[in-house]
Amino acid sequence: MASPALKSAHPLKTTPKGRWLRELYTPNHSAVHRIDARVKVIFTLAFIVFLNLTPSGAWPAYVLFFTWMFSLSLSSRLGIVFVLKRSLLALPFVLAALPLVFTGPAPLGHISVLNAPPLTYSVVGFYRFASIAIKAWVSVMAAVLLAATTRFPDLLTAFSQLKVPTLFITIIGLMWRYLFVISDEVTRMLRARTSRSATAPRSNRSGGSLFWRARVTGGMAGNLFLRSIERSDRVYAAMLSRGYTGQPAAQKTTRLQKKDLLVLAAGVILLVILWLLGVITGG
Amino acid sequence: MEPVIEIRNLSFSYPDGKQALAGINLLVQPGEKVALVGANGAGKSTLLYHLNGIFTGSGMIRVNQLELNKNNLPRVRAMVGLVFQNPDDQLFSPTVYEDVAYGPTYQGFDPHIVREKVALALKAVHMEDYTLRNPYHLSSGEKKRIAIATVLSMQPQILAFDEPTAGLDPRARRELIDLLLELQQTMIIATHDMNMVEQLTPRTVLLNHGKIAADGPSLDILRNDRLLMTNGLI
Amino acid sequence: MLFSPINPMHIPDGFLSVLLSIVLWVISVVLIGIALRKTGQTIGERQVPLMGVLAAAIFAGQMLNFSVTGGTSGHLLGAAIAAILLGPWPAVLVMTSVVAVQALLFQDGGILALGANLFNMAIIGPFVAYALFTLLMKLFKKQTWGLFIAGFIAAWSSIFIASLACALQLALSGTSPANIAVPAMGAIHALIGIGEGLITIGALAFIFAARKDLLIADANKPARNIGVVVGGLLLSLVLVVLSPLASSHPDGLEWVAEKHGFIEVAREAFYNIVPDYSMPGISNPALATIAAGILGAVIVFGVAYGIARAEKRPSAQDDAQR
Repeated sequence: MASPALKSAHPLKTTPKGRWLRELYTPNHSAVHRIDARVKVIFTLAFIVFLNLTPSGAWPAYVLFFTWMFSLSLSSRLGIVFVLKRSLLALPFVLAALPLVFTGPAPLGHISVLNAPPLTYSVVGFYRFASIAIKAWVSVMAAVLLAATTRFPDLLTAFSQLKVPTLFITIIGLMWRYLFVISDEVTRMLRARTSRSATAPRSNRSGGSLFWRARVTGGMAGNLFLRSIERSDRVYAAMLSRGYTGQPAAQKTTRLQKKDLLVLAAGVILLVILWLLGVITGG
Repeated sequence: MEPVIEIRNLSFSYPDGKQALAGINLLVQPGEKVALVGANGAGKSTLLYHLNGIFTGSGMIRVNQLELNKNNLPRVRAMVGLVFQNPDDQLFSPTVYEDVAYGPTYQGFDPHIVREKVALALKAVHMEDYTLRNPYHLSSGEKKRIAIATVLSMQPQILAFDEPTAGLDPRARRELIDLLLELQQTMIIATHDMNMVEQLTPRTVLLNHGKIAADGPSLDILRNDRLLMTNGLI
Repeated sequence: MLFSPINPMHIPDGFLSVLLSIVLWVISVVLIGIALRKTGQTIGERQVPLMGVLAAAIFAGQMLNFSVTGGTSGHLLGAAIAAILLGPWPAVLVMTSVVAVQALLFQDGGILALGANLFNMAIIGPFVAYALFTLLMKLFKKQTWGLFIAGFIAAWSSIFIASLACALQLALSGTSPANIAVPAMGAIHALIGIGEGLITIGALAFIFAARKDLLIADANKPARNIGVVVGGLLLSLVLVVLSPLASSHPDGLEWVAEKHGFIEVAREAFYNIVPDYSMPGISNPALATIAAGILGAVIVFGVAYGIARAEKRPSAQDDAQR
C-alpha cells in the first residue's frame, strides 16, 4: 500500500545528502485525526509511561501494546510501513543496552555463529535487552502517531491549554514558523559550499585540514546565527506593526467534550489492564 | 569543436514525485554565453544544479568531455563555478580573503599558490582592495562580485549563475553586467532580466515545465511575444 | 527522516527507568520554570522574536556538518553558542524549545525521556558553557584570543559533561553498566566535543568580525548570573568526580537500579494480595504469548475490516481541511 505520507502536500527540501526536514503531519480523514489534540497528547504520554512500567520479558503484554499501535496506524490511514519504518529510527541507540546480553546473571547460554568459538551470553540479559528494544520501538510508534495525526497549531494550542507557559508557546510558535525557512537557508549554504569543494586536476590531496573544515563550518553557523538575529529584528518590527504588546493574542479555548473524556478514560483503563497483564507475565 | 557542456535526455524528479526536468537536450560550445529563461518553477535552477552534481538525474551530462558520475563530481566542481542567487548563502568567512580562498584551499593547493589565485580572482572582479574586509557588511553589489570571485579562484572553464541581477540597484546591476561582459568563460545564466539577456547572452534557452520550449538567438526569442506568452513569461 | 545526526545524547524511550525519568522531568520543569521567571525579568518583549528565530537557527544549524573521515561528520549542538549570545537563562529556554520539538515532532529523543534529555542538553549544556566561558573570559581579560579559547573550552565541556550525565542516567536505570557506559559515552563525546568547540570558534570568529557588539554585551553583567556560574561549576565537578567512581564501582549503581525497580516490589505485593491467583495458561509464557498474538491478530483484522466498511460510507463529519 503506497504510503499517503509520501504524497504529503507539504514542501520538501533536500540537503546534498538527500536528507529532509519536513513535518510529519499527514492530513487524512480518520477518527484518529479527529480526536482532540489534548486527549492525544495525554494518551500518548500515558501509553509510553505504562509501556515502560511493564517489566522486562512480558511478551504477551508487548504483543498487545504493539497491536494497539499497529491498529492505530491502520485506522489513521498513515500506512503501516511508514509508521514501522519511521519508528526504527530509535533503534541504533539499542547498542547502548547490548552489554546487558553479556553481563547479565545466570543462567547462561551458548551460541555459535558460523564456525566461530561459541559466544557465552546471559538468557536473562538477552530478555532484558530485547524488552528494551521492543519498548523503545513501540514508544516511538506512539510518538510518530501523535505527530503525524495532529496539526502543529493544534498541538501548540493543546499544550497551551495544558498549562504550558505562554512564553514557551510563543517561542515555539515562532521557531516553527521560521524553522523551514531557515533550514532552506542551511540547505543552500551547504550546496554553495559543496559547489566550491573540488579536487585539483592532477592532485588527489584535497579537503584542507580537519581544523580548517570545522572552522569553515563554524563560519557558516556564525553567518546563519547573525542573519537570524537580524531577521528577528524584522520579525519584531512586523509584530509591532500588527499590534504586538508582549501578550499573545487571546486563544479560543474549547472545553473538552464528554466523548473526548470518555475516549481518554477508556484508553487509560485499557492501558492499566495491559500493564497489569505485563506485571503478571513479566519479570 | 567539442561542446563544453553536453546534456542528453536529462530527466529529474524530486523525491515527492514532482517532475522538474523532462528530456532536456542541450549543447553548449566553449566561450558561449547562454541565457536560461522561464517562469518560476520551470526548472532553471534545477538544471543548473545538475551541472555540478548537486542533483543527479537520469540521462547523460558531459562537462569538458567528462561524463558526470558519482566519483568524479569533485573534479567537475573545479570546472563548473556555480554562483548562487543569494550571496549571503555563499559568504561564510570573517574576511573576503578567506571566502575567496576556500575553493583553492579545499583543492589542496599550497598557501602561496592560493594567494596568487585569490589575487587573480579579486582582480577579475575589480575588488583587489577588499581582501581584509568583512563580507557581511558589504553592499549587495559588492557581495555579488565577491561571490563571483569565490568561484573564479578555482579557475573554472564554465560559470553558471542563478539570477545574478536579482535584488541589485540599477548602478550595481550595470556594474555586474559590465563585469560579466568582460569575463571570458563559457556562461550559462538563469535569469528573469530580459534586458541583461539582450546585452549579454546571444543565445537563449526557454524552459517551460521542465522541458525546453525554445533554443535559439536571444533577439528572436525575446521579440516573439506569442512564444513568451505561451511559456508564462509575459 | 531524521535530519539531526545520530546524536548519541538524545535518549529514546525505553532506556531509562520510569522513576528516574519522572525525577528528571520534575527537576527540569523546576529549572525551566526558574529560567522563565528570570528571563521574563531581564528581557524585553524585543527578545521574544529573537529567541524564537534563534531557536530555529540552532535547530536548523544542527544540519551544518563537516566531514571527519569517510562517512562520519561533525555537528553542532549549539548550547554553548546560545549561552554566549543570549546569556544562560534565555539559552535554557531556547535549547528547551529545540530539544522538546525535536522529541515531540521529529522523534529525536523520547517523550518520557524528554525530562532527562532536557536536563542534559538544555540545562547542563548552557549552564556549564556559561560558567566556564564567564570564568575564562575574566581570566583572559580583554585579549581577543581569550574569546576563542574560552569559547572552545566552554563548548567542549558543554558536550562532554552532558554526556557524563547521560551515561550515569543509563547506568542508574540498569540499561548500561556504568563501567561501559561512562567510558564509552565520555570518549565518544570527548571527540564530538572537539567538533562542537571548533564550530563554536568558527561561529564566534565570524560574529566577532561582523557584529562584535553582540558578543561583548553580556560579558559585562556576570554578577547577575553568579548563581549560574556556581551551579554550572558544581554540576561539572559533581559529574566529573562521580563518573569515574561509578565506572569503577558499577555494582553500587546496580544496587540502586534494582532497589528502585519497584516493579518487583509491586509484583510481590500483588501476589501477596491474591495468593492463589492464576489465570489459565498465563503460567506458561509461551502459551500466553501465542494467545496474545492471536488476540492481537483478531483485533487488527477487526480494525482493518472496520476501516474497509467505513470507506464505503462517506462520512459527513470528515475532518475539514483548512
